[in-house]
Amino acid sequence: MPVPTTVKSKKPPGAGLKVAKPASKKKDEEEGVDQGDGWDEWAQGKALIKPPDQLELTEEELKEEFTKILTANNPHAPQNIARYSFKERSYKPISSVDQMAVHFVLEGNLIHVDSEEARRQRARQDQTDGKHWDWTFKLFPEKPAAEAEAEPDEEIPENPVIEETSEIVKEERPDSVEAQIGKKEQKVTNQFNFSERASQTLNNPLRERSCQTEPPPRCNFSATANQWVIYDAYLEELEKQEKNKDKQKTFSAKKEEDKLKKNKMSDDVTKVVKVVKIFERMVNQNTFDDIAQDFKYFEDASDEFREQEGTLLPLWKFQYDKAKRLSVTALCWNKSYQDLFAVGMGSYDFSKQGHGMLLLYTLKNSTCPEFVYPTSSGIMCLHIHDRLSHLVAVGFYDGCVAVFDLKAEEGGAAQPAFKSTAKAGKHTDPVWQVRWQNDDMDNNHNFYSISSDGRVVSWTLIKNELVFSDVIKLSLEGALPECLEVVEQPTCGTSFDFHPKIDFLFLVGTEEGKIHKCSKAYSSQFLETYQAHNMAVDAVKWNQFHPKVFLSCSSDWTVKIWDHTIRTPMFTFDLNSAVGDVAWSPYSSTVFAAVTTDGKVHVFDLSINKYEAICQQPVVAKKKTKLTHIEFNPIHPIIVVGDDRGYVTCFKLSPNLRKKPKEKKGQEVPKGPEVEEAKMEKLLSLLRDKHKT
Amino acid sequence: MAETGEGKKEEADYKRLHSFPLIRHTDMAEEMRVETMELCVTACEKFATNNESAAKMIKESMDKKFGSSWHVVIGEGFGFEVTHEVKNLLYMFFGGSLAVCVWKCS
Repeated sequence: MPVPTTVKSKKPPGAGLKVAKPASKKKDEEEGVDQGDGWDEWAQGKALIKPPDQLELTEEELKEEFTKILTANNPHAPQNIARYSFKERSYKPISSVDQMAVHFVLEGNLIHVDSEEARRQRARQDQTDGKHWDWTFKLFPEKPAAEAEAEPDEEIPENPVIEETSEIVKEERPDSVEAQIGKKEQKVTNQFNFSERASQTLNNPLRERSCQTEPPPRCNFSATANQWVIYDAYLEELEKQEKNKDKQKTFSAKKEEDKLKKNKMSDDVTKVVKVVKIFERMVNQNTFDDIAQDFKYFEDASDEFREQEGTLLPLWKFQYDKAKRLSVTALCWNKSYQDLFAVGMGSYDFSKQGHGMLLLYTLKNSTCPEFVYPTSSGIMCLHIHDRLSHLVAVGFYDGCVAVFDLKAEEGGAAQPAFKSTAKAGKHTDPVWQVRWQNDDMDNNHNFYSISSDGRVVSWTLIKNELVFSDVIKLSLEGALPECLEVVEQPTCGTSFDFHPKIDFLFLVGTEEGKIHKCSKAYSSQFLETYQAHNMAVDAVKWNQFHPKVFLSCSSDWTVKIWDHTIRTPMFTFDLNSAVGDVAWSPYSSTVFAAVTTDGKVHVFDLSINKYEAICQQPVVAKKKTKLTHIEFNPIHPIIVVGDDRGYVTCFKLSPNLRKKPKEKKGQEVPKGPEVEEAKMEKLLSLLRDKHKT
Repeated sequence: MAETGEGKKEEADYKRLHSFPLIRHTDMAEEMRVETMELCVTACEKFATNNESAAKMIKESMDKKFGSSWHVVIGEGFGFEVTHEVKNLLYMFFGGSLAVCVWKCS
């Protein structure tokens, strides 16, 4: 039951209120307990209950009136605000303080009828609905009518046109509401309202491509870095350095410097040399491409029509500028590198003796020799070792012999590895022929030389020296053997050749035209002597296949073929000019070639024609040049010919010249000479019969 | 006193003798090796007290010269096991007590 509490307005409201509540509560409780009696108390009257902390006020104070004024001022607004004025640089009180207190804000979405947005919305609404805004007419009744009236006066009076024009006019003023009127009839494109048109072209399909390069190789490495490890490493290094210093002291400092210089030099050059060489070869191949093609593949087709004759196809021509005035005095093919051949340059002229040269050419480079060794004296003969093709034995005009080692690096001037000296038994006259022999029993290399002083000397390469030993002294035989025993006139040997199979047997040709058959075992006696020629024997050559046959040629214009068991020649050929050199072919036992001083090369094949050459070809441009030497290549069908102007020309043999004797298919070559021998025997027997009769 | 004096002399000698750059292990090419070694020597001499700066200098120079990315360790006592690109490792001693390891691994 609510108990009315008398709240006197005279009391201060806060205190009164506070007091009243606990009083009322207490009253409630009391009331609740004493419910029956409460009615009476309530009905009877009120007795003011005072809480204990009630303010004690006097009667006067209680009657005091307090006036309360309600104003519109914001109680929270400050009464005085002072702001700093930068202009006057002082604080200034603001006269009026804003008293508005906003208690509640609600954002609405109502817009004014005539605002831009409203008009746009209406326009949109009209478009979608197609309705007239009737109320607009009411608001602005006159305007549309006035405009509609004005327009027909201006335009041609046709209804649809008028309507259109009115629409058009209205279009010009889209913002005005009147524009909505004509819109229900046509959807007109508004020039200010762009409509979008878009299209999408076909996109090319995308494809992913990826690749992964190989990552650079990696490897692991581990080590420990400690003070003692470092210390030990340094100690080791110092020890090594000391050792090196000791070693260096033993060597002379100069040598080291030289070596260092050489190494530096060669480092720079050797890097380039190989490349340059290959380049040079390429250039040469391109330049002489047609020659190279001929060399390899050209076969003279006209040989089929020439029954027995053949031709020589000129290929490369080798010449060296510095050797222009020298003549070719020796030619030799290298057995291991069949495109390499050595040319010895010197002079046959007794009066014009100068320096000489040893040149080594390769067929791959005809412009420049591979190796050049200038010598003080003219070279008269040379021979390349059969197996160790870097050793070249050379005989000089001044009687020296030397051995060149092609492998040795060219330090300064290319010096021969070995050279005979005046002390050590050099010849006193020009050396006409040198020949390598098989290694002797101590595995030392040795070669033989023959010279005009009548000695055949064997030279052995022992360590760094040439040791000589006379093999034979040639002397005049016959005449007065008994009376002139004491006097031994040495005769001049001009050529010799060793038997290919029988090691100790060799032939010596002399200046008198005799050929002696000698043996290494007998130093003073000849096994046989042949009265070969009328002039000096320029060359003797054993046949490569037939063990008994040898060739000899001489300045008496003849070439003779012998069987060494018979004292008379088997065949004699007169070539109308002094013969400089002969050579057997390596592929056939019956083919040989000869060169003459009239510049012709004669090629003979005894199996085809026993009396004539199957090829006689002048090979030099100027007729005065004399051909001095000829050599067959061991494997290719080419020959090199040297002349006295210092040129070496290479020729290819046409097929007719290369015919191998056609006997049984299995054994070709040995059969040939046997057949030839049979022929020779027949011939001989014919000759003998003639003699007898 | 004399002993300490001698000790000091020995130290000085040892340092003098042992301070040349000693390449312990490398598989670099000749030119690269020489260049790297000189760079390490320069860096270590310049930042004798601060290994980190020295290493930083070496690493940045190597990155510029030979491509990224290089790793450099300088110190007086450490062990290591690294994977490096072939022909791009240099391990050397310097200054009697410093060890420098330079390798490339991206």
